[in-house]
Amino acid sequence: MSNAQIKISGLSKSFDGRRVLSNISQQINEGECLVITGPNGSGKTTLLRIMAGLLRPGEGSVQYFLEDSILEREKLKGNLSLVSADLALYDELTALENLHFLSRIQDCHFSEEELVQRLSEFGLTERGNDLVGSFSSGMKQRLKYFCALLKEPKFLLLDEPTANLDEEGVRLVDEIIRSQKRDGIVVLATNESSELDYGEKVLQLGL
Amino acid sequence: MEKKSSSLVYKGWCIFSKDLKSELRNRYALNALLMFAVTTLVAVSFAVGQFGLGENLLAALFWIVIFFSALSGLAQTFIKEEETKTASTLKLVASASSIYLGKLTFNIALLLALEVVIVPLFFLLSNVGGANLLLFFAVLILASLGLAAATTLIAAMVSKAAVKGALFAALSFPILLPLLVTAIQGTELSFKGEAFMSGFSELKVLLSYLVVMLVASLMLFDFVWSE
Amino acid sequence: MPDFWKFFLLLLMSAVIIAAWSMEPPQNQLGEVSRLFYFHIPVAWVTALAYFVAMSHSVLYLRRRELLYDVKASSAAELGTLFCVLATITGSIFAKMTWGAFWNWDPRQTSILILLLIYGAYLALRSAVREPGRKAALSSVYCIFAFPAAVFLIFVTPRAYQSLHPASSVIDTSGRIQMPAPILVTFLASLICFTLIFIWVYTLQTAIGRNRLSERKL
Repeated sequence: MSNAQIKISGLSKSFDGRRVLSNISQQINEGECLVITGPNGSGKTTLLRIMAGLLRPGEGSVQYFLEDSILEREKLKGNLSLVSADLALYDELTALENLHFLSRIQDCHFSEEELVQRLSEFGLTERGNDLVGSFSSGMKQRLKYFCALLKEPKFLLLDEPTANLDEEGVRLVDEIIRSQKRDGIVVLATNESSELDYGEKVLQLGL
Repeated sequence: MEKKSSSLVYKGWCIFSKDLKSELRNRYALNALLMFAVTTLVAVSFAVGQFGLGENLLAALFWIVIFFSALSGLAQTFIKEEETKTASTLKLVASASSIYLGKLTFNIALLLALEVVIVPLFFLLSNVGGANLLLFFAVLILASLGLAAATTLIAAMVSKAAVKGALFAALSFPILLPLLVTAIQGTELSFKGEAFMSGFSELKVLLSYLVVMLVASLMLFDFVWSE
Repeated sequence: MPDFWKFFLLLLMSAVIIAAWSMEPPQNQLGEVSRLFYFHIPVAWVTALAYFVAMSHSVLYLRRRELLYDVKASSAAELGTLFCVLATITGSIFAKMTWGAFWNWDPRQTSILILLLIYGAYLALRSAVREPGRKAALSSVYCIFAFPAAVFLIFVTPRAYQSLHPASSVIDTSGRIQMPAPILVTFLASLICFTLIFIWVYTLQTAIGRNRLSERKL
């Protein structure tokens, strides 16, 4: 059973003539996790941004497959989530308003009660009506996970997944990665040696 | 959870109401826009106060005030998304067309809010008597829609530029010139109290400008937004 | 451009210049200033031509995402700006001599001005964006988006302002060209010359751009 798949072939990217990624090829199948690691500036975030479709690759391509058919850009949006410091939530909206907005725009409809109830799973009980701007960075990170998982994506991309999180938050992320690997694909970029163990495949950048 | 795909218009509406909500909480764009418009209007009115201006000059002044006020605020909605790093979030969850529709609606709302303040003030300060109000409002609404349709795409471009400064006005002016010329003519006719039908050809031009700019923007917006 | 064409251009341009100044002025009632006609119209034509070249390469860039198309589009726009300034200046001199003012908001003047503003805005946009791919995409979109606006303006302004432009003296109302043969030949030769100059400089400029592009890739 491997209907979800990511194929990266011959991917390169340069900024202002400086080559950041060169000729990367990988294949990730359902149930697997790819860990991308490497020193600062080795292109981890760039690779994730290209994979999420936020950046255009210089050469090569990233293809997503689901049930043996390739996913087009609009279709992919419904199946892919990225959690990263570069993707912010709306500070001037409350946590629940952020969740409502992000779920409606992605075609999944939750009732208010469902959202409130699930907030506690992410350790944000009673904070639903507070402005996200008043959240600490760790709480924002937890809320980002909630937002990313709203649509139950097949492909979950995580950039520095445990940055800013406390011990309980790290446990939460651990659980998320494990359950995502059960019926999808996880790609994570990290420098934490403890997180290397998640990966069936490890991609070392900047060598 | 219930998954059902909803229409482009509904998603555009979601983006619009999200923007409206945060705008009403913080008034990033609206306050600056209103203050700019009122200041310009008062300055112009003060400068020409003692001369009895003809309808043609009044119409031109009116549109100059609207044009510059609009350009001082309509790019905010995109610039804020870029600056607070929410643009990438939005890019991952929504299609370009729905974002264009949402932002366009928001800019139209902003422009109409501006006009609610500017128009009565203008009539108060300029002593236009016996204007054909029906024609005036028809021109005003059609021209505002056209203005918003054309500038929303340019606002998105400006938000992607490293140096923003006066870029919005510089890029918008050549595109908006046909709209401004026509709107000034139509407004002049209405100030003169001409019959509604006499401004019909201006209204036709404004309507076709609106449609053309809307279609062109929808076609091109994705190329700007995906940058 | 092959040497043959450069030589041909030299001869033809010399002939045009001699003819333009030695023959009778093309329009007797306008006098000497009407000699500008041999230069103003070809320059204005190249201005419009350059815009179409820039726009078509902008479309190609957005379709294929090759920076070479952007080089071609921006080179055409830069050259177009130069020719546009020349057309505006020659037009203004003509306007001053015949209508008494450098600027009259004549519809033709307005359409050349709008092209000048579009070119200017295009170049301003390019200098405001740093990343090459983004610069190319945004300026391509602007170039395409400006086109319907320019068409609107050409359609709208004659209604707002009366034309003083001597269009009817060159082409009569039925659209037939009404010129004595020597004037027509000189005019067409000048048209060819200016188009060839454009093509020549344009190929040079795109070659420079191409080199710069491959340097950056290495």
